[in-house]
Amino acid sequence: MPQTIASPGFEIRRDGERAVIALAGEWTLDHGRRLERLAEQMPISLGEVRRAVLDIGEIQRLDTLGARVIDQLSHELGSEGVRVEVTHARREHATLLDAVRTRTAVVDRPPRSRLIDMLADIGRTVVLAWHDLVRGVSFIGEVVVAIGRALIRPQRFRWASLINQLEQIAFRGAPIIILITFLVGCIVAQQGIFQLRRFGATAFVVDLVGIITLRELALLLCAIMIAGRSGSAFTAEIGSMKMREEIDALRVMGLNPVDVLVVPRILALIIAMPILTFLGSMAGLFGAGLTAWLYGGIAPETFVSRLQSVITYKHFSVGLIKAPFMAIVIGAIACIEGLEVKGSAESLGQQVTASVVKAIFMVIVVDGLFAMFFASIRF
Amino acid sequence: MPDRTPPSAGPIIAVRDLVVGFGEKIILDGLSLDVMPGEILGFVGGSGTGKSVLTRTILGLIEKRAGRISVFGQDLDTMPEAERRKLEKRWGVMFQHGALFSSLTVAQNIQVPMREYLDLSPAMMSDLAALKIQMVGLKSDAGEKYPSELSGGMIKRAALARALALDPEIVFLDEPTSGLDPIGAAEFDSLIRTLQQTLGLTVFMVTHDLDSLASACDRIAALADRKVVAVGTLAEMVASPHPWVKSYFRGERALARLKG
Ligand SMILES: Nc1ncnc2c1ncn2[C@@H]1O[C@H](COP(=O)(O)OP(=O)(O)O)[C@@H](O)[C@H]1O
Ligand SMILES: [Mg+2]
Repeated sequence: MPQTIASPGFEIRRDGERAVIALAGEWTLDHGRRLERLAEQMPISLGEVRRAVLDIGEIQRLDTLGARVIDQLSHELGSEGVRVEVTHARREHATLLDAVRTRTAVVDRPPRSRLIDMLADIGRTVVLAWHDLVRGVSFIGEVVVAIGRALIRPQRFRWASLINQLEQIAFRGAPIIILITFLVGCIVAQQGIFQLRRFGATAFVVDLVGIITLRELALLLCAIMIAGRSGSAFTAEIGSMKMREEIDALRVMGLNPVDVLVVPRILALIIAMPILTFLGSMAGLFGAGLTAWLYGGIAPETFVSRLQSVITYKHFSVGLIKAPFMAIVIGAIACIEGLEVKGSAESLGQQVTASVVKAIFMVIVVDGLFAMFFASIRF
Repeated sequence: MPDRTPPSAGPIIAVRDLVVGFGEKIILDGLSLDVMPGEILGFVGGSGTGKSVLTRTILGLIEKRAGRISVFGQDLDTMPEAERRKLEKRWGVMFQHGALFSSLTVAQNIQVPMREYLDLSPAMMSDLAALKIQMVGLKSDAGEKYPSELSGGMIKRAALARALALDPEIVFLDEPTSGLDPIGAAEFDSLIRTLQQTLGLTVFMVTHDLDSLASACDRIAALADRKVVAVGTLAEMVASPHPWVKSYFRGERALARLKG
């Protein structure tokens, strides 16, 4: 606007016990803190008076902030026993002053002890962890029932959704999983050869890589990758549906969200995990073979024949047996967290993070349990 | 408000020969519209005719294909970036679905633009936020609530409070009363009227609501066939020969409303 901006100010004319405070300039948001400071100064420079007249006739512009500051000022003076009067207000300024004349007490929360807060936090975390576990188990139960329902009545099962999920998880996820397991196979083989060379036992790298890849590595890498890739997607998809009341819409249509959203996803994971683990194992072994050949000088024929003699069906099957269980763990955690999303974008973010972190943690815990189990049955 | 906008000023928003489309589909074609300072302009049109698209184009959220838009007498295309930022302080927007930030409370939502643009103490900011909450007719405890804890009507009011956070000169309201019960809608209309008078606002209001048009709006513009086909007071709209305007303002509901 072409007009010059007149900064806000006031002038005090004293007249015995009465003081006339002439306000001028723009009392608007643009002047922010200056206005607040003016309002603080005014009672001080006013000193002892009985009556104060706020003459606002010369104010050029007034908005809610200006009006609020004037209102607070007269309230403050009033509470010190000064009789305050506002004069020469233009009609529109008077309306605005009326509109802001409310005393909304901004409530301060009572201070709380840090120690108590911390203890309460710890307690809450423990209780929540327990609830998580109980909920997880009951949710898996619910999913099993839903899968049972699907088996009894396959015509009502959501095949399209299953195929779609399979494409997302297995087909689109395969390249990155193959690449990662391949690279880790290379690295493990290189380290193995490097360390074993000192003992002149380079050939044992085949045993090392073969067993660790088939039993643990391929599966763990695959599970971690899937938790980050598909688990987070499940949580975000279900969570944003929850946010926009789409889950409620399903419920009132008589559709069970577990049937519609959860079962196809978890089934897809159960099918995809073994496939991806198998692909990962092969890629890892391939990477290891390549490294052994190029770096360790172990010819591919030697590598393969040694692999044949070391690796039994047992080692191969351990990874594949564990895969569906990891799928259930990842899928269940992702879906539970998705259904836990509250109304806000922030809670969606928290839940997605929680989904990935919990899934990776539980995958490792379950893997440890399997290791103990297989060791005790000497499998 | 006389002290906000020069009295002799022309339209506060002027849209000329606007063309907007998505891909092959042209939504607005040769649309022209003036909004005068200090008025409440009601903008009507069938569902999906492009009312929100026009609003979003004026706000710069949708790219236009042709035409000129000027606000406060300045052409938006030729305006330097710094001017543009200043302009954004001078308008407030209430989106059709509220668009409140879901991870912030109502009071924090209102303080978002304040923090961005103003130099104010935190105490004054929360005081002003509380004031705005009260001005739009919400109870003061609503400030502490998150958007997911509000009813539809409360969301509209909170969104209006946020639109008013910086005491803007123009307020855009996209279907402020849709989804409210008739009593709530009537309250909202009179709220907008009161606020317009107290704060000296210019209001651009997209609406379907005949009651709003009759009770809150100074002038009405009707959108049909991709352009504004009629502008004027309610009486002028009723007299319009355009078929859509005719059926809208002379339908049974409309007639009942006008008689009543
Ligand atoms: N981002 C977009 N992309 C493509 N088409 C859109 C987009 N936004 C709106 N439209 C189309 O523009 C038309 C007008 O929409 P809108 O302005 O929202 O209608 P209304 O008048 O009900 O507010 C509709 O046909 C809608 O499908
Ligand atoms: Mg719309």
